Amino acid sequence: MYDVVIIGAGVTGCAVARELGKYGGKFLVLEKEEDVCCGTSKANSAIVHSGYDAVPGTNMAKMNVQGNAMMEDVCKDLDVPFDRIGSLLVCTEEEQRTALQELYERGIQNGVPDLRIVERDEALAMEPNLSDAVVAALYAPTAGIICPFKLTIAFAENANENGVEFQFDTKVTGLQKQGDGWTITTDSGEKIETRCVVNAAGVYADELNNLVSSRKLHITPRRGDYCLLDKSVGGYVKHTVFQLPTRFGKGVLVSPTVHGNTLVGPTAIDVEDKEATATTQEGLDKLIEQSAIGMKNIPIRSVITSFAGLRAHEDGHEFILGEAEDAAGFFNCAGIESPGLSSAPAIGKYTAELLQKKLSLVEKADWKKTRKDIQTLDGLTIEEKNALIKENPAYGTIICRCESVTEGEILDAIRRPLGAKSLDGVKRRTRAGMGRCQAGFCSPRVMEILVRERGVEMEAITKSGGDARIVIGTLPLRQTGEASGDTGIQAEIQD
Amino acid sequence: MNIDIVIVGGGPAGLAAAAAAKKAGAERILILERDKELGGILNQCIHNGFGLHTFKEELTGPEYAQRFIDQVEELQIEYKLHTMVMDISPDKDVTAMNREDGVFQIQAKAVILAMGCRERPRGALNIPGYRPAGIFSAGTAQRLVNIEGYMPGKRVVILGSGDIGLIMARRMTLEGAKVEVVAELMPYSGGLKRNIVQCLDDFGIPLLLSHTVVDIEGKDRVQAVTIAQVGPDRRPVPGTEKRFECDTLLLSCGLIPENELSLSAGITLSGVTNGPVVSDALETDREGIFACGNVLHVHDLVDFVSEEAAKAGRSAAAYVSGKSLKQGKAVKIIPEGGARYTVPVEVYPESCDDLVTVRFRAGNIYKDAFVSVYFDDEQISHVRKRIIAPGEMEQVVLQKKKLLEKPGLQNIRICIETDEGGR
Repeated sequence: MYDVVIIGAGVTGCAVARELGKYGGKFLVLEKEEDVCCGTSKANSAIVHSGYDAVPGTNMAKMNVQGNAMMEDVCKDLDVPFDRIGSLLVCTEEEQRTALQELYERGIQNGVPDLRIVERDEALAMEPNLSDAVVAALYAPTAGIICPFKLTIAFAENANENGVEFQFDTKVTGLQKQGDGWTITTDSGEKIETRCVVNAAGVYADELNNLVSSRKLHITPRRGDYCLLDKSVGGYVKHTVFQLPTRFGKGVLVSPTVHGNTLVGPTAIDVEDKEATATTQEGLDKLIEQSAIGMKNIPIRSVITSFAGLRAHEDGHEFILGEAEDAAGFFNCAGIESPGLSSAPAIGKYTAELLQKKLSLVEKADWKKTRKDIQTLDGLTIEEKNALIKENPAYGTIICRCESVTEGEILDAIRRPLGAKSLDGVKRRTRAGMGRCQAGFCSPRVMEILVRERGVEMEAITKSGGDARIVIGTLPLRQTGEASGDTGIQAEIQD
Repeated sequence: MNIDIVIVGGGPAGLAAAAAAKKAGAERILILERDKELGGILNQCIHNGFGLHTFKEELTGPEYAQRFIDQVEELQIEYKLHTMVMDISPDKDVTAMNREDGVFQIQAKAVILAMGCRERPRGALNIPGYRPAGIFSAGTAQRLVNIEGYMPGKRVVILGSGDIGLIMARRMTLEGAKVEVVAELMPYSGGLKRNIVQCLDDFGIPLLLSHTVVDIEGKDRVQAVTIAQVGPDRRPVPGTEKRFECDTLLLSCGLIPENELSLSAGITLSGVTNGPVVSDALETDREGIFACGNVLHVHDLVDFVSEEAAKAGRSAAAYVSGKSLKQGKAVKIIPEGGARYTVPVEVYPESCDDLVTVRFRAGNIYKDAFVSVYFDDEQISHVRKRIIAPGEMEQVVLQKKKLLEKPGLQNIRICIETDEGGR
């Protein structure tokens, strides 16, 4: 019998797990994918909002402002890249000044520190590539950028180190009240008993809630398309630049990432399918068109990849948190869309504290608060690099040339607790394959390392788990043992 | 480390440059190669057709590479494998790294850039759809098949008709895969005519010009690809979509010279080739740093890479021995009328070789056109070509003697002209 089973290993589920790790008890995270951070948490704007957007008094407003305030310490403890670069919400029409002022006041009510409205000249001094139409902007110095993969992975690793179990490739198919607790049925037919359940199932959180509660939720997957630009145009934007919605559309953001790329997005397109993360030509075109409202000369030709994520948009546009009224022991973290990433530390803490009270959990004396990220060569002096390579020669071999990722980092990513099993798993942990060649060079090399480390065949290596196999088998020529196969080919093509 | 010439890259360009530099008298040459063996991309090009110009015989890629590796060995040129160059400073401080030596720095007298190129990935093409397994750049698939011995898939759609894509259409077919179609965005192929004939036509693989991929289906692995015709604006034409069930999409949509290190050295790149701008000595705008092969501009035939690289090697040797390679006044070489660029972009008549090869590519297909060379307004040559295509590199040869006869010469213009006499 578990004390708590968390369903979903996205940033929210993992944040709850990390907080639960403080307490004595038996905790489990269930995830339908092969790894943590496979849904909304991996495809978003990678920003930490300051918190002026949400309506005062809502969970969204509270969690965002609290989460933002907590982020610095969390990222320091968990060795996650986070940079408080500040955001500018630009206003491109004089008539919009009222809207800008309203958001400013809303921010003040929400408790957002140091907000102020800046006029065009000041905004332009901060951000030289603002479009000519910009008249003023709401400057929020507490906004920041973060690596959402690293945050989610760090929460999970820290939770795991403190005893929280993780089970992947496991989809929850049933949820039954059983005495004081719950019985969870999985797609493999396994039954898991637990005292409490946390619903952190992202776009599927409505389905889980609706299994047990009469207070029905309805989540619409709201797709956001993004373009990621090369590091070579890294200096183009210094703050996260949002646009006020105009008659031309809701507007998209342009922001640096913590790794020096530039992110442009997202669109907002409601879809039916909860797995529909395909980008569309229409979406990408719209994105590029809208990004030009607030910024000019966006170097969109330097795009290295485009992708789409799904926001878990609940009809009421509010975070549904806490124990369901009619389902004791079932705790929701539902409707977590933007600012969900910013709010994750606060939602994790809030939910874990509710569970602590409910289950009378006791704090552990040996809780390990910190976690170290994978060692890299970044920022080391030549002497330090050489000491590291001498100790572990794998740090002397570059595997991903675009992002300068060494074999040492990849081995660590695979070997550490909850380690990488697929190319995407390695990518999210090390950035191998995330650069301008998009894994063209390193993928066969990373595959070889995965084969060696995991003791499996090449055919078993996937891009992202499941059926995402990269090669389908050995060459027919090799299978039949015709060593002279190549000679045969040449004879055939010589005429 | 006491090194005169550091060569970055041990592919065909680096090998030929090293051999030529040594033969020209340079000592203390070091090749830095990131892979486990010399030879570069030729090692995975197991098809034949290499070396017709250089050796007057048809070799496979590895055989062609071996001839140069043998030379490097015979000439006792040093090389380091598994070694990644991390940085080149403007004053030729080369920082590299490997397992044995750790991070090390070499203050070189001359540097030859021979890093080659990379393939344009799906992301840079902004193709919409899912992002499943089964999407490969053609060269990655070629490595998986020819080096590692694995099949990437069995039903294949290819986007782009670059040479690697064409070669892989044949290769996958020979290994038992079905190649459904090759789609090319442009109204002409980016590959060699001989590859279209030998790799597509001979196997009945259709080539659809002015087509592109508009959707990729499959959450885990590619399940289908939809292609559509594009209009003159290269945008998809609604209603022309064709869906192909397949498990693999190969991309052969252009090669990009790999110049991150050149940028770290402060070298100016051409906006057309994405390679360094160089003089007739193949010297970049950083003195003593030379470039050759696909890092300079993407070649069609390796024979021309070897020839160009040998020139870079000789130039570096001359530079190390104290000879100035930019004597007197430079004459600009300007591409016009369909010629997209030239390599080199300038020639120094006083210090150049007796013959200077100028290479360029056309921006379109021209039939029965002329390649003309003008010294300022005077037409120097006017050569008829049956066909000029973007997929095939063109060249003209300038004579030093003729250049010196024109002391006040400002510009050399190289033009593709479509009718007699006109420009």
